[in-house]
Amino acid sequence: MSKGFAENRTDVTMSELVAEPRPKPAVPMKPLGISSNLLGYIGIDTIIEQMRKKTMKTGFDFNIMVVGQSGLGKSTLINTLFKSQVSRKSASWNREEKIPKTVEIKAIGHVIEEGGVKMKLTVIDTPGFGDQINNENCWEPIEKYINEQYEKFLKEEVNIARKKRIPDTRVHCCLYFISPTGHSLRPLDLEFMKHLSKVVNIVPIIAKADTMTLEEKMEFKQRVRKELEVNGIEFYPQKEFDEDLEDKTENDKIRQESMPFAVVGSDKEYQVNGKRVLGRKTPWGIIEVENLTHCEFALLRDFVIRTHLQDLKEVTHNIHYETYRARRLNDNGGLPPGEGVLPPAPASPCPATIAE
Amino acid sequence: MATADVARQVDENCRTVPLTGHVGFDSLPDQLVNKSVSQGFCFNILCVGETGVGKSTLMDTLFNTKLEGETTTHYLPGVQLRSNTYDLQESNVGLKLTVVSTVGFGDQINKEDSYKPIVEFIDAQFEAYLQEELKIRRVLHSYHDSRIHVCLYFIAPTGHSLKSLDLVTMKKLDSKVNIIPIIAKSDAIAKSELTKFKIKITSELVSNGVQIYQFPTDDESVAELNGTMNGHLPFAVVGSTEELKIGNKMVKARQYPWGTVQVENEAHCDFVKLREMLIRINMEDLREQTHSRHYELYRRCKLEEMGFQDTDPDNKPFSLQETYEAKRNEFLGELQRKEEEMRQMFVQRVKEKEAELKEAEKELHEKFDRLKKIHQEEKKKLEDKKKTLDEEMNAFKQRKSAAELSQGQQAGSSQTLKRDKEKKNNPWLCTE
Repeated sequence: MSKGFAENRTDVTMSELVAEPRPKPAVPMKPLGISSNLLGYIGIDTIIEQMRKKTMKTGFDFNIMVVGQSGLGKSTLINTLFKSQVSRKSASWNREEKIPKTVEIKAIGHVIEEGGVKMKLTVIDTPGFGDQINNENCWEPIEKYINEQYEKFLKEEVNIARKKRIPDTRVHCCLYFISPTGHSLRPLDLEFMKHLSKVVNIVPIIAKADTMTLEEKMEFKQRVRKELEVNGIEFYPQKEFDEDLEDKTENDKIRQESMPFAVVGSDKEYQVNGKRVLGRKTPWGIIEVENLTHCEFALLRDFVIRTHLQDLKEVTHNIHYETYRARRLNDNGGLPPGEGVLPPAPASPCPATIAE
Repeated sequence: MATADVARQVDENCRTVPLTGHVGFDSLPDQLVNKSVSQGFCFNILCVGETGVGKSTLMDTLFNTKLEGETTTHYLPGVQLRSNTYDLQESNVGLKLTVVSTVGFGDQINKEDSYKPIVEFIDAQFEAYLQEELKIRRVLHSYHDSRIHVCLYFIAPTGHSLKSLDLVTMKKLDSKVNIIPIIAKSDAIAKSELTKFKIKITSELVSNGVQIYQFPTDDESVAELNGTMNGHLPFAVVGSTEELKIGNKMVKARQYPWGTVQVENEAHCDFVKLREMLIRINMEDLREQTHSRHYELYRRCKLEEMGFQDTDPDNKPFSLQETYEAKRNEFLGELQRKEEEMRQMFVQRVKEKEAELKEAEKELHEKFDRLKKIHQEEKKKLEDKKKTLDEEMNAFKQRKSAAELSQGQQAGSSQTLKRDKEKKNNPWLCTE
């Protein structure tokens, strides 16, 4: 029997500096066997174990999209997040690589496995975003791509003979890279987030945070938060989808203090105090990626992967996808989808109509 | 303006990438499970069996609580289904348990239609889920799933073979729900007869093509156990909620003059096996089978019945839309036709009524005229009579006056005579 969450791992992880926010197992595992006949014990809680086994067998899908101007460190960050070379880096002085003339969408899938859990990770890169001289509507291809994935899923769902497990290519999380200017958000940032916060979960990130001092970082973050609020942009975790008080307090803390995460990415290891750490080497010191005092990468990782991964998927499925579906069916007069994809909805404040 | 240039590079056989450190997504099953626990689970059991075969007692024994209310009579005219929902809690797992029992099954003299209410009930639950799924605004993730996950079929302990009612009912149900047949009140059968009974039942089920639920054998940790259990079907169970002291423990048992049948003793009956299989090992699989197999089958049949078809992939969306359009037009056409029809009928009715009224009016007029005529005639008659009467009166008066006159003359002369006479007779009467 896999003891899924073994506490004794042999590899050294830098998250010792962060109290690992492992979700508490709902119920301690009971040994299976006919002899567990405690008086009055029915065995309903074994459904937890049954469910866990089933999900581990089927595996998980996760699709993450990175959006930001080139040179902000998107690929490096993804590689650091998933501790493997899942994203091809574009800025490796490859003479043949040109800045694309239009926004391209490149999705690459990988299968990674850890602790018996298999995950099909798809990283969707958007080279060319914000790189042209005229960047008007450069978010449109991205929005179209996201809607196309919803469309695909909807078509599969509407089939008469359905697949047992519909392949999920919908974008679960969109990491938006904010340039660390230190001042405020750029108009492009605002426009993008305004349009897309209604169709996908956006997690804003301040990239290359090693160019700011701590005070500059705090101020910048506050300004960014303010601007997002003033413009009515709801990034993930959205306030209206908090399910209970516990979620709300936890998410409030994240929303008001930590987000947007100021991160530094790196896939090179250096020796610091006798330990091998991921970091960036500069003449004035080594920036440790997983050190909380240096940057918030560890927070981002824990947030996206260790605690809110499933929630990201659920919000995408239960809310964003349902919104798309409702709109699609309504526009079609109650009929299931025919040809084509819905045009993007006009930008308007948060989907207040969803709450049911 | 930037135009889209989507270049998807997802290769179907994605390469497996090795991890160089601990990422942390192995907590994903825990995250998923935690969410499910907070939402709660639901499980729906359908108990089919004759009245008095021990359904309620078995449910009470399985779930350790007193679930249902009163016992039922044998005199119901048809089969009905009674459903009750309970909220059970064990360590922090909440389960919404729905137990549906047949009431009056096997009691009627003519049992041809006994299976129908059961099939209709199961279909109704599928239909409700399908309707929710087809809604435009739906809340599937918080929908209370009422589909039946397992059907416990209670076989009466005759010791011979299955009754034909059992075979017919199970055959009708096997494509709609997971069936687990159990032999009820099995303390009525001796051990040796029991094995023969079980063999007979399984062979009858196989020869009649009844598909009962097989415990899944694809997961190594439970494959062996499930495999052996599959061989023990149907489970011979005894239910009891009474507790008796055996040794120094309180156990659920039934006491007879010749001994005590312990419910949880594996040598006595298969209750423990049933509980293991039903709840502790395969509950999730039962739910999944219901959703992915039985429900999908129902949905497919229903949608095909409504006129939709899937053709090959590139025609698919097209034909669905076309069918919908065609249906819509047909429906609209039907509506229009009906409207026309109704309008025609309305006009017709109005005409008829009008004619009727005219008739009535005419009649009234005629009557009026007639009456008037009669009235006039009568009047005339009366006048005639009056005239005659007047004439008569006149004539009479004339006669009277003539008579009076003549009488008067006569009387005068007679009077004179009389006076003269009297004068003569009465010299002293001097009237002159």
